[in-house]
Amino acid sequence: MTERTYAGVCVKCSDQGYMEELNEWTKDIGAHIAEEEGIEMTDKHWEVIDYLQTQCRNEVPLTIRRVGKSGVTTIKEFYQLFPEGPLKKSSRIAGIPKPVSCI
Amino acid sequence: MKNILILGAGTSGTMMANHLRSKLSKNDWNISIVDKDETHYYQPGFLFLPFDIYKSKQVKKSIDKFIPKGVNLIRDSINKIDKENDKVILKDGTELNYDILIIATGTEIAPQEIDGMLGDHWHKNVFDFYTFKGAKNLRNKLRKWEGGKLVVHISEMPIKCPVAPLEFAFLADSYFINKDMRDKVDITYVTPMDGAFTKPKASKELSYLLEEKNIKIVSNFNIESVDGDNKKIIDYGGKEVEYDLLVTVPTNMGDEMIERSGFGDDLNYVPTNKATLQTTVKDNIFAIGDATNIPASKAGSVAHFEAEILTENILRFIDNKPLKETFDGHANCFIETGHGKALLIDFNYTHEPVTGSFPLPGIGPLKLLKETHMNHMGKLAFRWIYWNMLIKGKHIPFVSSTMSEAGKDLEEELA
Repeated sequence: MTERTYAGVCVKCSDQGYMEELNEWTKDIGAHIAEEEGIEMTDKHWEVIDYLQTQCRNEVPLTIRRVGKSGVTTIKEFYQLFPEGPLKKSSRIAGIPKPVSCI
Repeated sequence: MKNILILGAGTSGTMMANHLRSKLSKNDWNISIVDKDETHYYQPGFLFLPFDIYKSKQVKKSIDKFIPKGVNLIRDSINKIDKENDKVILKDGTELNYDILIIATGTEIAPQEIDGMLGDHWHKNVFDFYTFKGAKNLRNKLRKWEGGKLVVHISEMPIKCPVAPLEFAFLADSYFINKDMRDKVDITYVTPMDGAFTKPKASKELSYLLEEKNIKIVSNFNIESVDGDNKKIIDYGGKEVEYDLLVTVPTNMGDEMIERSGFGDDLNYVPTNKATLQTTVKDNIFAIGDATNIPASKAGSVAHFEAEILTENILRFIDNKPLKETFDGHANCFIETGHGKALLIDFNYTHEPVTGSFPLPGIGPLKLLKETHMNHMGKLAFRWIYWNMLIKGKHIPFVSSTMSEAGKDLEEELA
């Protein structure tokens, strides 16, 4: 685990830069992580981020297909919003853990 | 007289029938269990069947054999649960009233969820090994296969036994070496995750395995469709992987009965409290095993640990006592790595798999997260334990339902 500073706030992150505590997340922090990922955020982006955070709080495992079926966005649009590895990039910006398996 | 109704006589349902019948008075409680099937499969054996390590008869027995005396086995399909009226409606229209309901209907593959997966090529050059039929058809295919591109693929998470596809790739390497045709087979492992190993400790300890076995990896691959004519799988981002033989784990989904009953998430898993195993559907409805939406692995060991805790909680529910919030997501799984070796992992909701000894701290004889012959013997011995102890609800010595930290190199996890 490491600490990183976004928007002047020090937050706990995994070695790969995923926030450890969703409670520490603010939209400002999210915007700075998005900048690192080279993504310009629009309202649609934030709508997806909000959905991911809600799912995470409910401990629902996230998959690309599930995001596509959410009604918030489609899979094609999800790829356009967060190109190359949409779930990984959006999870980082949302301040939620990287999707993992058991090992 | 009150009624406990268990839906599904697989691993979880059978364990619950055995646990509860031995704990509850026959004068006060009827216990019934519903399942349409006649065969109880040893599902971990489906991994070995394609490689001729197990024979079909070693992985199947009659369901009836494991239902204890004093439990009524009802052989029918379930239409739906009427939670308002505390009853279950069967396919033939029969209504079963319950005081307590236990949902243990598991999870199944849903290849129809992926465009093009089912078709003329299904079980010809596109196979699953999560069903008895799939594993057996794949065995027949492998016996005659002359080599080419073997793609081992996971469609999307969550899946039952998340390590099984990786084990399949390892065993395939071993199998083709033994058949003296490894040079004719190109093995690729395709996963929607960002690697074969996603947890820091496992990645560190095990990354050498793929390289050592010359297994290629394609990660972050989210399948959109199977192009059976041109023998390739296509990802939403446009990536393509060609195959001659595709061994896929299709999307996994809970029973359609859950959807018909009007609850369940988008994959038909039952919303369940991850510590008590009571559903959020209604107080008198509990769920166990692969059927739940809890963030634990979908595996027999998890179901075994859950069964011990759920039994206690059902007894508490009957006595109007508060439920114990003790289930910690404990899982304990052998991972075959081929050539007569296996790994063992032991973890829960909060602790990732680490190195160490198991079950006796400092002694073992099994080693966590390390490839050993002894671990492989453990995996083979487990079939006996499964048929003779596990599904009969007998406690497995030295292995507690919650995860033990003893004997584990946890300090390294924190570093």
